[in-house]
Amino acid sequence: MATLASLPAARPLVAIEHLTHRYGKGGTSGALLVLDDVALTLVENEVVGLLGRSGSGKSTLLRSIAGLIAPDEGTIAFVPDETGEAPSVSMVFQTFALFPWLTVLQNVELGLEAQRVPAEERRTRAIAAIDLIGLDGFENAYPKELSGGMRQRVGLARALVVNPSLLLMDEPFSALDVLTAETLRSDLLDLWSEGRMPIKSILIVTHNIEEAVLMCDRILVFSSNPGRVAAEIVVDLPQPRDRLDPAFRALVDDIYARMTARVAVEPVQDGVFPGSGIQMVLPRVSTNALAGLMEEVDAPPFDGRAAMADLADQLQLEIDELFPIAETLQLLRFAELQGADILLTPAARRYVEADVDDRKAMFARALLAHVPLAQHIRRILDERTGHNAPARRFRDELEDHMSPDYADETLRTVTHWGRYAEVFAYDEDDDRFSLEDAV
Amino acid sequence: MRELPSIAPARIVRGMRPFARHWRITTPGWADAVAFLLLAALAVLVAKGAAGVAEPLADLRIDPVSLDPWHLPAYALRTTLRMFAALGASLLFTFVVATLAAKSKRAEMIIVPALDILQSVPILGFLTFTVTFFMGLFPGQQLGVELAAIFAIFTSQAWNMAFSFYQSLRSVPADLAEVSQGFGLSPWRRFLRLELPFATPALVWNAMMSMSGGWFFVVASEAISVGKTRIMLPGIGSWLALAIDRQDFGAVGWAVGAMAIVILLYDQLVFRPVVAWADRFRFEQTASQDAPTSWAYDVFRKARLLPVLFAPLRLLGALLMTLDRAPARAQRPQRRRTRDPIGQKLWLALVAVVLGAALWVVIGYVARHLAWGDAVSAFGLGLITMLRVLVLIALASLVWVPIGVWIGLRPRWAERLQPIAQFLAAFPANVLFPFAVIAIVHWHLDVDVWLSPLMVLGTQWYILFNVIAGASAIPNDLREAAGMFGVRGWQWWRQLGIPGIFPYYVTGALTASGGSWNASIVAEAVSWGSERLEAHGLGTYIAKATTAGDFPRVTLGIAVMSVFVIGFNRLLWRPLYAYADRRLRLA
Repeated sequence: MATLASLPAARPLVAIEHLTHRYGKGGTSGALLVLDDVALTLVENEVVGLLGRSGSGKSTLLRSIAGLIAPDEGTIAFVPDETGEAPSVSMVFQTFALFPWLTVLQNVELGLEAQRVPAEERRTRAIAAIDLIGLDGFENAYPKELSGGMRQRVGLARALVVNPSLLLMDEPFSALDVLTAETLRSDLLDLWSEGRMPIKSILIVTHNIEEAVLMCDRILVFSSNPGRVAAEIVVDLPQPRDRLDPAFRALVDDIYARMTARVAVEPVQDGVFPGSGIQMVLPRVSTNALAGLMEEVDAPPFDGRAAMADLADQLQLEIDELFPIAETLQLLRFAELQGADILLTPAARRYVEADVDDRKAMFARALLAHVPLAQHIRRILDERTGHNAPARRFRDELEDHMSPDYADETLRTVTHWGRYAEVFAYDEDDDRFSLEDAV
Repeated sequence: MRELPSIAPARIVRGMRPFARHWRITTPGWADAVAFLLLAALAVLVAKGAAGVAEPLADLRIDPVSLDPWHLPAYALRTTLRMFAALGASLLFTFVVATLAAKSKRAEMIIVPALDILQSVPILGFLTFTVTFFMGLFPGQQLGVELAAIFAIFTSQAWNMAFSFYQSLRSVPADLAEVSQGFGLSPWRRFLRLELPFATPALVWNAMMSMSGGWFFVVASEAISVGKTRIMLPGIGSWLALAIDRQDFGAVGWAVGAMAIVILLYDQLVFRPVVAWADRFRFEQTASQDAPTSWAYDVFRKARLLPVLFAPLRLLGALLMTLDRAPARAQRPQRRRTRDPIGQKLWLALVAVVLGAALWVVIGYVARHLAWGDAVSAFGLGLITMLRVLVLIALASLVWVPIGVWIGLRPRWAERLQPIAQFLAAFPANVLFPFAVIAIVHWHLDVDVWLSPLMVLGTQWYILFNVIAGASAIPNDLREAAGMFGVRGWQWWRQLGIPGIFPYYVTGALTASGGSWNASIVAEAVSWGSERLEAHGLGTYIAKATTAGDFPRVTLGIAVMSVFVIGFNRLLWRPLYAYADRRLRLA
C-alpha cells in the first residue's frame, strides 16, 4: 500500500466537498442521513471504487455526480480542462437499463440523439462503439434477445459513445453470473489499460471486495448509517492482478477487517445496527441462514473461527449477504467479530450440537435477552389478559423512530425470529401477535 | 403501512387478460367527493344550457333510415367510423389529460379522482344531456347529432384509457428514467422514446376493452328520443331501432349478422395486429414464449405493408422530433425547493371557490325541481336494481366459473374459446334485446324477473374469459401436486381452483357488475313495436325521465346510480381486490 502523498500530482476532474443528503421527511432530525459530509476528488487516469454495504450512500454519491439527484448540501465541482470544457459523465447501470423496444443500435444512439448529433454521424459513432465493446453483428438485435453479459456490453457502449470524461458504474457486474462478470471485468480492464476508451477516469460502485481490489487504483470504504468515508485505500498492485497473489489476499483481508472495524471497536454490541433498544433496525435474516453460518464456521476447516473473506469465498456470498448474518449472530451473542474474523461463542457451538427443540429453546433465550423488540412484544403479550395484541401497535411504535419501510422490515424480521423460537405467534389475517401457539 | 394494491398494467398484458378498471394507489375519499360534486354541477349546467335549445330541433330533417338490406353495409360503415372517431378522440384525451395528471401535482389532484368516478358512472344516462347540447351547437345540421353520438361513445371509452396511461406514466421504470435524465432527453423525446412505448401495451388492451364497451353505446346513441325529438343517424343502431318500431323480425336478424361481421372484422384486422405489434413494447427483458400472434399482422409484415401502415405515425414522430429543437444540455437538478406555499394555497383556494359554486348550483337546481320524496323513491328503485345486479352476477358466476375453469385447464380449448368469449363480450347485447321481448310477450312472463337477464347478457362474458385466463395461469406444479395427493372434488376447489382464479374472477366480476349497472338503463325498459315492457328499477327511472326530457329526474337518477356503483366498488370489489392481492397472488 502506498500513501496518497506518494502519488504523482494528477489533474483533478471532479471535486466534491461537504456532500450531505437525507432521505425522508422530518427535516434534519427525523430523516435518514444517507451521506454525511463526504469529500472526494477524482483525478485523471484512475479507477476509483466506492465500497460499502447497501444503505451506505455510495449509490447516492454516484447519482449526485451523475446529476440525477440534487444533494441537500455540499458542492460538486467539475474542473474544466485546458480548453475550458467541463468534464462530462456517463453511467452504466446495475440493471443495464436498456430500452426493450429499441434495438442495440438505437439504444447506443440514444445519448447522441439527445445531443442532436446528425443521423449519419450518430450511426458511425454508435457502430464504432458497438465494435469496440465486441458486439458487432448484434446491431439490430433487441435487448431481450441478448444474454445478460451482452446486455451490459450494450450499456457500456451506450455510456462510452457520448465520449464522457468520467465513466460512472453502479454495481455493473452484480446482476451477472460469476463467469460472465469475470469476462466482462477483464475486457473492461483491457480496454482501459490499452487506452482505447475515450474516458479519463472511472468511478465504480460495488459491494464486492475482491472486485474492488481487482479493478481499482483507489478504494473508498463507506460506513453505513450515516454514510461516510470510513477508509481510503490505495491499491498499487500492478495490473493485471492475480486473485491468488498473497499481497492481493492480504489486501482483501485488510478491507474485511476495516469493514468490521466499527463493530470491533464498540465492546457492547447493541450498536451493530442503527438505533438502539426497540428502535433498532433489524435486517432481514432468516433463522436458517443463522444456523447455516454457525454450522459452517463450527465445522472444519474453520473449527469455530473463520476469516470473513474465506467464508464469503466458500459460501459464495456477497458482503451484503454475509455481513447482516454475521452481525445478527453477534447481536444474539452467538458470535464475535474480531478484525476480519468471525469467532463462534461457546453458546453457538452448543447450538450447533443441539437437536431441533434445544436449538429453539437456546434461540428463544438469546432472542429475549438481546433483542429488545422481541422482549417488548413478549412482555406486552404476557401482560394482556387475552395474550394478544395488534401488530399495528408495534408498527406505529417503530414508525416513530424509523421510516415505514424499515419499520415493516424490522417487524417482519422479529416476527420470523419469534415464530421460530416459539416466543410468540402471529396471525397474518388479523395482523395480530399472540401467545396461542407459543410455548 | 397497508396500501391498496395497484395492479400494474405490465403484469396483466401477457396473454389474454384484459383489464377495464384500474385501482388508484392512494384513495383520498374526500377527493372523490369533490370530483363527484364538480361533475354533477357540470352535468346540471350542461342540462340547463341544453334545455333552452331543445325546441327548434323538432323540425330537424334528416334522411330517413330505411330497412333495405342493401343499405346495411353503408350503415355498418358509418357506425364503425363513429367508433373510430370516438377512439381517436379518446386517445387524444388520454394523451393530454393523463400526461397532465402525471406531470402536475395540481392537475393530478383534480383529474385522478374525476377519472376514478367517471369510469364507474353510468354514462348512458348522460346521453340526454349531450345530445341536446351538441344539437344546440350546430342547429339544423347532422353534424351536431353526429358529434353527440361520437361523444357518447367517447364517454364510454376515454376514462379507463386515461387511467391506464396515467398509471403507466407513474410507473416508468426508474433506471430508464435515470438514463433519459442522464442523457438530458428533452420532454418530447422522453415522451416518444420512453413514456409512450412503455405505456403502449396497457393502453392497447384498455382501448380494446373500451371498443367492446363502445359498440353497446353506438347502438344506443344513434337513435335517440329526447323530449319530442326523435333523431336517427344512419347506422346499425338506427336500423335496429326502426326494426323494433316496425316489429320487423327479419331486419333485427340482419342487424345481428351485420354487427357480428363488423366486430369480427375489426377484431381480426385492427386489434389483433395492433396487439401483436404492441408486444414489442412490453417491459420484459426476456423473450416470452406465448407472444400474441395475429395472422393479419403476419400478412402485413410479409407483404411489407408495415412501413406503409406506420408511415403516418413515423411521420408524426419525425415531425415532433424536428419541432423539438431546444438545445440539448443535460440539466443538473436544482436543490430541492420547498414547494411554493403561496401558489399552493391560491390553488387550494381556487378549488374551494369552484367547489362552493358547484355545491350552490347543484343544491339550487335539485331543490327547485324535486322533493325529498323523489330522492327516496329513486333510492328505493336503486335497491331493486342492485338486487338484480347481485343476483345476476351470482348466477352468472355459478354458471361460468366451473365452465371457465374447465376450459382454462385445457390449453387447447382455452386457446380456441378465449377469442370467442372476448368476441361475445364485445358484441352489443342490446341488439339481442328484441328476441327477449318477443319471448316475454309471447309467454306472458313476469317482466320484473325475466327482463333482468338482459342486464348480464353482454357482461357475463367478462367473468368467463377472466376465469379462463385465471385457470390457465394456475401453475402446473400445483396441479400436479394436487393430483398426486388425490385432491379432488370440493377440496380441489377450496384449496386450488378458487384461490387460483380469485384475482382474475374479481376483475371479471367487477367489470361485469359495472357494465350491468350501465346496461340496466336500456335493459329494464324495452319495447317491441307498440309493446312496451318495463321492470321496476333505477334503469327504467332514468330511461323514462330521458324520454320525457325531465332533466332534474335524469340528474337525480344518475347521481343515485353513481352512488350505488361507487359504493359497490368501494365496499365490495376493492376489499376483495386487496385481499386477493395480499393473499392469493401466485408469485
